[in-house]
Amino acid sequence: MTTPPPDGLEPVEASDPDFWHLRESYSFDRNVIAEIRRAANTGIYRIRGWGAKRHLPTLDDLVFLGASMSRYPLEGYREACGTDVVIGEDRAERPVQLKIPVTIAGMSFGSLSAQAKEALGRGASAAGTSTTTGDGGMTEEERQHSATLVYQHLPSRYGMNPDHLRVADAIEVVVGQGAKPGGGGMLLGQKITERVAEMRTLPEGIDQRSACRHPDWTGPDDLEIKIGELREITDWQVPIYVKVGAARPYYDTALAVKAGADAVVVDGMQGGTAATQDVFIEHVGIPTLAAIGESVRALRELGVHRREVKLIVAGGVRSGADVAKALALGADAASIGTAALIAIGDNDPAYEAEYRALGTSAGFWEDFQAGNDPAGITTQDPGLSARLDPVLAGRRLANYLQVLTIETQILARANGKSHVLNLEPEDLAALTVEAAAMAKVPLAGTSWVPGVD
Amino acid sequence: MKRRFDLAEVSRRELNQALHDASDGESFEVLNPRGAHAVACGITADLDVVVRGSVGYYCAGMHQRGRVLVEGNASTGLAENIMSGLVHITGNATMSAGATGCGGLVVVGGNAGARCGISMKGVDIVVGGNVGHMSAFMAQAGNLVVCGDAAADLGDSIYEAQIFVRGDVESLGADCIEKEMRPEHVETLSRLLAAASPVGDGVDVSDFRRYGSARRLYNFTIDDVDALEAGQEAA
Repeated sequence: MTTPPPDGLEPVEASDPDFWHLRESYSFDRNVIAEIRRAANTGIYRIRGWGAKRHLPTLDDLVFLGASMSRYPLEGYREACGTDVVIGEDRAERPVQLKIPVTIAGMSFGSLSAQAKEALGRGASAAGTSTTTGDGGMTEEERQHSATLVYQHLPSRYGMNPDHLRVADAIEVVVGQGAKPGGGGMLLGQKITERVAEMRTLPEGIDQRSACRHPDWTGPDDLEIKIGELREITDWQVPIYVKVGAARPYYDTALAVKAGADAVVVDGMQGGTAATQDVFIEHVGIPTLAAIGESVRALRELGVHRREVKLIVAGGVRSGADVAKALALGADAASIGTAALIAIGDNDPAYEAEYRALGTSAGFWEDFQAGNDPAGITTQDPGLSARLDPVLAGRRLANYLQVLTIETQILARANGKSHVLNLEPEDLAALTVEAAAMAKVPLAGTSWVPGVD
Repeated sequence: MKRRFDLAEVSRRELNQALHDASDGESFEVLNPRGAHAVACGITADLDVVVRGSVGYYCAGMHQRGRVLVEGNASTGLAENIMSGLVHITGNATMSAGATGCGGLVVVGGNAGARCGISMKGVDIVVGGNVGHMSAFMAQAGNLVVCGDAAADLGDSIYEAQIFVRGDVESLGADCIEKEMRPEHVETLSRLLAAASPVGDGVDVSDFRRYGSARRLYNFTIDDVDALEAGQEAA
């Protein structure tokens, strides 16, 4: 809802000295007022895509110490710095072999256009990493374009097909997602086209609200039996991941290990979504920074860290610095969703005029549920999706993944590491007391870790 | 000739691998299942499997072809996500029997527990006895036939699946309503009862009532007060 000001009046500009005596309320700022007015007009909670937008403690609050007197750095471009990651070598006949420590997170066909899914597959395959299906089953196109494809097993079981299970390179049992731990996905009517409806066995045009709880198991003891069934059906060929939203990462990780996971995926609250209630996105779950150390602690205590069970961290990962810091804290790989969409063209300023027509602007576009994405990514509209060239977009993603990898290597070499997985918490310092407490690394310039003796 | 697997002597892995490697037309007999989980799951060939005794979770999970008969009871998730073929148990099933099934037929001779047919996507389920609470919860497609009674919240948030109940329904869930039994429904029900023999033998089709979605939850209810005001001004 937008109510334009009366004719001839423009909204107050904060930069205009004539209005400097006006004081905006911190509690009721313009954004809050707009939301109250929207709620009053429509009677429905705000639904949107993207992840948490509020200010949070992040991996930016950590810095690497680099090499110094007591440790020497490696020569960039000359001395080797490995980036490969193997998942599931302990139990699966065919472990997942990744060339880089960055994977593409689960995003469904349905929430994304076929072209966007193809672009993700092409980019990831070129870079030597995996893509992941989403809450809507596997399409022929994404299997074809993804060298390594992780098949998600979700509460809704939309499109769940044992034939797809057997052609997947890994299975990810989704317990929760960072954007909405405890919530199911949504796909609104505009995007439930004939093909999407058929894949999900739903009537066309309905506002779909996915189940938030698995239909045939409850709790970690059941999950152990479920994972056993999935291994039996796939003849123990491929690794099985368990994905959780960052809620109680220490316990959730320990229970996933107990249930028999080969990898635990922990998704912090900055993790994106195609459509969820805003109140869920902003108010449920903990930041990625706070989750990593707790998951690692559980893995260490169980004696499986960097051994039988791998940790994949997701939620707001944007740069090689984020990847390197996640690895230093103990992750084996990082996963990107929102950043991958931006790399293939989401929020592209080239479409500014169209974003304006939708009442938004490049850099702010978040209505992934609306199905009218000018960039052709979060849409099922044939005209809009045709705008995305999957070959070109795939190249952009491959380039971006290469930059993430090289940046990670730069930081690893700077800390004297011949493999990115040799990064360690001792290479880090925190810039804020909050980050020091959450990541359990010392506040920079001190040896103080809040909360630790 | 039947191939015999005694689970007191061989592992579940050996059994399931043999079933996955088998060719159309082969027959299997499984002895001493003793509540083992995931027995006979992931079958892709046209096989006949008889399990003599009770099984644990996910028996015949993701079944795709052929027939699995269990002489006994089954625990949670019997024939979960079944795609096609037949899974028939003579005894009772606990929770989530036939969950998310996409096709085929699941027959439970005795009673089925809570959430029977949860999120079913095209499977047909025939239960000789009663079903527990929230059966056909979020059921998307297919038919659930209950020859006994249904416990509370039957068909909660149901989509396009149909439910037929012969006995009493304790209560209907959100958006589930009773619907008229038209000739095509009688025909569907008769066909399913015949397919579920002997469970459906001698059951009178005219005793059943049909339930399905009122379709009131399919789309969000969104007000637009501004539009209303503008409309009043225009008037």
